[in-house]
Amino acid sequence: MIRVVIPYHLRNLARVGSEVELEVGGEVTQRSVLNALEARYPMLRGTIRDQVTYQRRPFLRFFACEQDLSHESPDAPLPDAVASGAEPYCIIGAIAGG
Amino acid sequence: MSRVRVLVGTRKGAFILTADGKREKWDVSGPHFGGWEIYHLKGSPVDPNRLYASQTSGWFGQVIQRSSDGGRTWEPVGNKFEYDGPTGTHQWYDGTPHPWEFKRVWHLEPSLTDPDTVYAGVEDAALFRSTDAGQTWQELAGLRGHGSGPKWQPGAGGMGLHTILLDPSHPDRIFIAISAAGVFRTDDAGQTWRPVNRGLKSQYLPDPNAEVGFCVHRIAMHRARPNVLFMQLHWDVMRSDDAGESWREISGNLPTDFGFPIDVHAHEPDTVYVVPIKSDSEHYPPDAKLRVYRSRTGGDEWEALTNGLPQRDCYVNVLRDAMAVDSLDTCGIYFGTTGGQVYASADSGDHWSPIVRDLPAVVSVEVQTLP
Repeated sequence: MIRVVIPYHLRNLARVGSEVELEVGGEVTQRSVLNALEARYPMLRGTIRDQVTYQRRPFLRFFACEQDLSHESPDAPLPDAVASGAEPYCIIGAIAGG
Repeated sequence: MSRVRVLVGTRKGAFILTADGKREKWDVSGPHFGGWEIYHLKGSPVDPNRLYASQTSGWFGQVIQRSSDGGRTWEPVGNKFEYDGPTGTHQWYDGTPHPWEFKRVWHLEPSLTDPDTVYAGVEDAALFRSTDAGQTWQELAGLRGHGSGPKWQPGAGGMGLHTILLDPSHPDRIFIAISAAGVFRTDDAGQTWRPVNRGLKSQYLPDPNAEVGFCVHRIAMHRARPNVLFMQLHWDVMRSDDAGESWREISGNLPTDFGFPIDVHAHEPDTVYVVPIKSDSEHYPPDAKLRVYRSRTGGDEWEALTNGLPQRDCYVNVLRDAMAVDSLDTCGIYFGTTGGQVYASADSGDHWSPIVRDLPAVVSVEVQTLP
């Protein structure tokens, strides 16, 4: 199981806790994790990445194992610790605005 | 006894205010979608329990919410607003071409006949329609493709399509307004559009006969007389008696003719309401007095309505979608302020009192009159 941490407002939107667990088929990449997340929680479509271009929304960033993966290829394999469920994949909202 | 339900969109969530027909004691529910900007929420005229809400965030983008029980529960529905065909460019603030980019839904207008059909006015300006209760959205691309799109320019708040008026007498006729392009009309249910801005004047617009380029803030109609339109232009209050073919100024004795909302009494088609704001540089009431102005002559002659409204030290604004009327026998008028107050008058504006005083900044106000 892949563990995904999502921000407060998206937890409310999807009516889940701070962390969700997902089955991800095939290689575990940012794209496959986000695809699985959006398939399980369709209301999150468009809130993390654009529905047409799949570009990350500008005020969100992706972290795992204390690494900022926001600018990594969406098709690059995620760290083994994420693939094994030992560490979560984290979607973080920028601390900005008021 | 009839009831009213006031739907309030704010910078930090939606609130629903309900009262019986006396409109004296109010129940307040909310915030719904706390922390999100709610640009607009509105109910279906044919099924008052069907509500639609536009929920937006700089972080998370656009969400559309739907309720089937009058706002007690909500479910997110479709939020994919994809422009139809090549997006092209409009003018940026400096006059350079800028690609069309979807940002948010400013206004939701449910159909007059079908609770599952709803229109969405969006930024960058375009009109979308859903016929499956918000699950999917299709652009009515004839508007953006009308030909003048490359000349459209954003107002200070963005290039939003903020007003959608459905003509109850002509089911295929729709009026929309865009800041800062102007008013457009379709007579074929949205397939083709044309600008209807003749008679509007905008300072600094080089071409006095320009067909687009007007910062229309709001237009309003009375259901029984849909050929007559009232407009709050950036500066100037305007009126059309021929479904937008021509406009004339009716600012008359207003203390300033800058402002945002405009609305029409539910039972008196020539009774019109505006909230004058000092200027486009100073977005607060003139003389720090919050005054609604009412014309009972369809414009030109205006009276200040002040009873119950703050008449000193008031520096709030009233945004374009933040005024509405109910249709009870004694028409109620409602408006919300950027200071978080929602004021109501149960007697057509003669007396006012706040329903709530301390909400987040109010963006939109709609009213449902319930059996």
